[in-house]
Formats: sequence, C-alpha cells, structure tokens
Amino acid sequence: MTTIQPIASELEPHPDVALVARVRGGDVSAYDTLVRKYERQIFRIAQHITQNREDAEDVMQDAFLKAYEKLEQFQGNSKFYTWLVRIAVNESLMRLRKRRTGKMVSIDEDIETEEGSVPRDLADWAPDPEQNYNQAELAEILRKTIQGLPQGFRVVFVLRDVEGLSTEETAETLGLSVPAVKSRLLRARLQLRERLSRYFRKKTGPRDMGVEK
Amino acid sequence: MTCTEFLALLDDLIDDSISPETRAELQQHLHKCGHCEVVFNTTRKTIEIYRSHEIYDLPPSLRDRLHAAIMARCKKGC
Repeated sequence: MTTIQPIASELEPHPDVALVARVRGGDVSAYDTLVRKYERQIFRIAQHITQNREDAEDVMQDAFLKAYEKLEQFQGNSKFYTWLVRIAVNESLMRLRKRRTGKMVSIDEDIETEEGSVPRDLADWAPDPEQNYNQAELAEILRKTIQGLPQGFRVVFVLRDVEGLSTEETAETLGLSVPAVKSRLLRARLQLRERLSRYFRKKTGPRDMGVEK
Repeated sequence: MTCTEFLALLDDLIDDSISPETRAELQQHLHKCGHCEVVFNTTRKTIEIYRSHEIYDLPPSLRDRLHAAIMARCKKGC
C-alpha cells in the first residue's frame, strides 16, 4: 500500500531550531550548516533587489554576519529562514540607498502603475516556450523581464513565488499587510506574464489567437 | 462569472486556496472564456519558469570564497 508522506506537523520542530540552539551554545559549525543551507537563496534575493552583483555579494556576507551577531534576539516565533530573509531585504535596501547617495529607497517605490492590472496581450504561448531559447538566452530574458518590474512588485514575487515564502511570511518580512501582498503578487504575476508574452507567444496568424471560443 | 471576477480570484486558483465550489465556478468560466484560459495558463507558466530557472547563479568558487569569509568572521566573533 502506498503511504503518503505526512506534511511536517506544527508540533514537529523545524530542523533549524536545533541548529540555532547549537549556535547559541557556541557551536560555530552549526552556523556553517545554516549558511550553506541558505546562502544561495539570500544571494538571489539580494541580487533581485540591488540588481548589482557586487552589492549582492556584500549583502549576503553582511546578512549572515548580522544574523550571527543578533542570534540572541531571534525569538523563534518565526522561522529562522524568514528572519534571515528580513535581514537580507533590509541590508539590500540600505545598499541601494547608499548607491543612490542617500535617496530614500523603499519597497513601495514605483508601484503607482496601472500596467498589468488588466491583461492586454491575450495571445497564447507555444507549448514549451522556453525551449525556443538556449539556457543563456532564456536567463537573459527572465532577468530583463523581472528587472523591469517596480521594486515593490518584484520583491513580493521573488519572496512568494521564487523563494517559496507564504503570503503571511512575505507580509511579515516586508512589513506589509496580507491584502497588500496579495494585491502586489497578482499585479506582479500579470505584469511578468504580459512582458514574457513578447518572447513566448505562439507564432501564428491573428485568426488563430483563440480569442473567441 | 465575469472576467473581472475571474481575475480577482486568479491567484487563489493558481495557489489552490479556494473552496471546491469556487473552483468549479472558475473552471466553468474557463471553459467558456478563451481570454481567461490564456491568462490562467500563461500566468501559471510564468511562475513555473521563474521557479525552475536559476537566473542569478552563485558560482561554486565565489560561493566558497564568500562562505569562508563569513565563517572566518563568525569564528572571530564577527
């Protein structure tokens, strides 16, 4: 008989809890494990926000060092990863601020746009559209497309859809309300979809667009 | 159900956070509306593509270097 793997129950402690406890007890090797586990995600998040490789490297280092220093302040009522992401998001925004010589930078920047709230490009995509591009071309398309999103939408999309945080965790991390995260996520998804359509749409005549069905 | 109502629930449909009744209503709309079907499928695909492609890769050599730097500072007490 097939057994279905149970989803980790609320009562079962997350494996990070034990690692954090070991670090607090002075075991630096446990922190090494945590860094290895999350360094790629933290680097990606930093790169998405700063859009600069050097800054992302600095943010990644600073975020892990700050988390280590502040570990005593970590309450354990959120996941270690979510707490770490919050530090990385703040470090990234600080880094952006520095680059823009003190100009205020917030995740609310540039979001007053109506673009993408109503889908316009309704052409269907090719069945496996990414296969029309090689890996490097595809990565470039995906980078360019997401970089064009307003910061406040991009961060929500990255945390929620790419890094897999829940809506509530994303809200907590960014200091936003749950409805605000939901509204930004929908608009981010629709804007990305609209922009990717330029590359991925089916190459067919107008009468095959399937508008009427 | 109108397209606007469908769009308002698009994320919930994609994230599978709706009741079976609402799902059935949304699916009924999808069967009739080519526009919304395209929006639904391509939005889902958008998320899937971003999830499955590493666009900011951290090369192993750089990863090792950064890792070593972090751990060296932590061992010194930061």
